[in-house]
Amino acid sequence: MKCRIFSKKTVLLLTLLLAGPLLFSGATVAADTYKIGGIFSVTGPASFLGDPEKKSMEMAIDQINAAGGIDGRMLEAVIYDTEGDPQRAVQGVTKLINKDNVIAVVGPSTTPTSLAVIPFAERAELPLISCAAGIAITDPVKKWVFKTAQSDVLAVASVYQHMKDSGIKKIGILTVSNAFGESGKDQLLKQAAAFGLDIVQVDSFGDKDTDMTAQLTKIRKQEPDAIVCWGTNPGPAVVAKNVKQLEINIPLYQSHGVASPKFIELAGDAAEGIFLPTGKILVAGLLPDTDPQKSVLMDYIKEYESKYNLAVSGFGGYAYDAMMMLKHALPGTNGDKEKLRDNLENIQEMVGISGTFNFSSTDHNGLSEDAFVMVRIENGTWKLLE
Amino acid sequence: MTQELLQYLFSGITNGAIYAVIAVGFSMLYSSTELINFAHGEFVMLGAMGLVTLWAGFGLPLPLAFVLTVFGVACVGFLFERTAIRTVRKPDHIVLIIITVGASIFLRGLGMLIWGKDAHSVPAFSGHPPVDIAGAKLLPQSIWIVLIALFCALMLHLFFRKTLTGKAMEATAINKKAAWLTGIPSEKMILLAFFFSTGMGAVAGIIIAPITMCSYDMGTMLGLKGFCAAMLGGLGSLWGSILGGLLLGIMESFGVGLFSSSLKDAIAFLLLLLILYVRPGGIIMAKDTKRF
Repeated sequence: MKCRIFSKKTVLLLTLLLAGPLLFSGATVAADTYKIGGIFSVTGPASFLGDPEKKSMEMAIDQINAAGGIDGRMLEAVIYDTEGDPQRAVQGVTKLINKDNVIAVVGPSTTPTSLAVIPFAERAELPLISCAAGIAITDPVKKWVFKTAQSDVLAVASVYQHMKDSGIKKIGILTVSNAFGESGKDQLLKQAAAFGLDIVQVDSFGDKDTDMTAQLTKIRKQEPDAIVCWGTNPGPAVVAKNVKQLEINIPLYQSHGVASPKFIELAGDAAEGIFLPTGKILVAGLLPDTDPQKSVLMDYIKEYESKYNLAVSGFGGYAYDAMMMLKHALPGTNGDKEKLRDNLENIQEMVGISGTFNFSSTDHNGLSEDAFVMVRIENGTWKLLE
Repeated sequence: MTQELLQYLFSGITNGAIYAVIAVGFSMLYSSTELINFAHGEFVMLGAMGLVTLWAGFGLPLPLAFVLTVFGVACVGFLFERTAIRTVRKPDHIVLIIITVGASIFLRGLGMLIWGKDAHSVPAFSGHPPVDIAGAKLLPQSIWIVLIALFCALMLHLFFRKTLTGKAMEATAINKKAAWLTGIPSEKMILLAFFFSTGMGAVAGIIIAPITMCSYDMGTMLGLKGFCAAMLGGLGSLWGSILGGLLLGIMESFGVGLFSSSLKDAIAFLLLLLILYVRPGGIIMAKDTKRF
C-alpha cells in the first residue's frame, strides 16, 4: 500500500460529498409524496409503445398533482427505460423496489419484459400494473399483478367474429416470430374451431425480414378465403405490400399491433381494404355519442396533443389507464401496498382509454369484447365497421 | 407447382442480390485490409436512410439522390477510416474488429437520433405493375436490384482488372509492405478500399429501401446475412460474394417454401456450415485466404 492514490481524508470527503445529497433529498422527498415507478421501453424496438406510455404517465401525474394530489400528497414518477430488454427491466424494477421505494409500478410495455419482472414484484409484494398485451401476464391470476392492455384473446375473438359474419371458412395465418406473434398465433389456433374456421396454412416471418412473398405464395397455394397477419411494424406493412404485388385478391386481416397511422404511412396504397381490430382510441371521433368511452377518449386525446404537440398514439392509454386506477385506489391507503392492492382489485365500471374495467379476484385485466372495434382502411384512413 | 417454384426463385434472387451487394462490400475491404467491418450493416442503413431523406424527404430526382447518397455514405466511411481505424496505435486485427463493432453501435445510435425510432418507407424506383411470368409475379424493383447489383460487380471487376489504381489496390492486398516498397501509397489504397466498400453498402441500402421498411436498426441483420454470403462464396473474392449472396437468398426462399418458414434461417445457416466444412475457403476460394 505504498502508492495510495487517495488519502484517507480524501476518501472520507468524497464519500460525504456523494452520499450527502442523496441522504437528505431522499429523506425530505419521501415524507410527503407518493412515489410511483414507471418502467417502459422508451427506446429500442418497442419504443412505439414505451414512448407514448411514458408521456401519458407523466401527463396523468401532472393532472393529478394540479388537482391537489391524493389525500394532500403529491405524486412523483420514477421512470426507467427497459430498451425492450427483459434483463434491463429486471434491473429497473429491482432499483424501484430497493432504491426508490415506490408504492406501485406502471409497466413494463411488452410481454417478455413484463413476464421477467413479475416474480420480483410478487416477492416484494408491490402492486404492478403492466401495459403489455400478453395473456400470460394475468392468466393465471397473480396476487400483485394487474394489466390494462387488451389481451390477444379479445383481439382474436373480434377478428374471428368478423370473419364468421362475412362467411369466411378457410384462413391462412402469417405471424411474426417474436413474443407478440407467438402469443397471437396460439390464440388464433385455439379459437378457430369455436368460430367454425379452418386454418389451412400456418407460416411465420422474422421481425427484420425484408420480403415475405415466399410465405404468401405458400399460403396462396392452399386457397384460403382470407389471410390473417399478426405482427407489429414494420413486418406487416411489408406483408401488405407483398399481398398487393402478388395480386392475392382475398381479404387481409391485420392485428391491433399495427393499429396506428404509421402503418398506413408505411404500407401506402397497399393498406387499402385491410381489416383490423383496434382499441377505440383510434376511431374516437367516429364513435357514437352514446358510447361511454367517447368523452374519456376525447379528453385524453385533446390533453395529450396539446401537451406534447404530437398525434396521439393508441398505446399511451395503457399507462394512462394504470395511473387512473391508482388515482382511484390510492385515497385512504396512506401508502399501504396491501390496501392499495385490495382497492385495485375492487375497481368496478371504471371507464378508461382501453375499455371499461371490472376487476375481480379472478380477473386482473377486467376488459370484455367491447374493448375492441373492427375497422377497415379506406382512402388512407380508418372506417369504423358495425 | 412450377408457378410456386418460380415465385420462390424470384423472391430468392431479389433478396440474394441484396445480400450479394453487401457481401461484395465485406469482401472488398477484407481483400485489401484483412479486416471484417462489422459496422458494414450500418452503412447499408445509412444508404437506405439517405435515400429516404434525399428522395422522399427533399424531393431530389432519384438518380441525383442515388449518387449523392452513395457519395455521402462513402465519405462517412472515409472519415471512419481516418478517425477510428488509422489512429489506432497498435493495429492488431482483433482491436480493429472490436473498433468496427463499436462503430456499428455508434452509427446505429446516430441513426436513431437523426431519423427517429420509427420505420420509413419509399416507393419503388419505377411504378410499373409486376411482370407476370408463368403465373409468378416478378416485381420491377427486383429487376432494378439485380441490374444494379450486376452493374456494380462488373464495374468493380473492370476497375480491378483494367486500371492501374485497381492493380495497385490488389497489390496492397497481397502484400502491403512489398507494395509500399515498390512505391504504391498503401495507406491511400486502404482508404480507397474503405471508400468503395462503404459506398457499396450504401448501394445495397438504396436498392433495398423500396421493398422493405427502413429503420435505424435494419443494418444488423442485413450485415450478418451479407457476412454469411461473403463467407459462403469465399471472402475476398468478388464473384464469390455475388454467388454466395444469390445462393443464400435462394436457399432461404426455398427453405420457406418447401420446408417451414420458422426454419428459414436455420436451413440457410446449416447449408453454410456444410459448405464451409467441405470447402473452408468458400465456394470460390480467394488466393491465400487467411483465417483468424
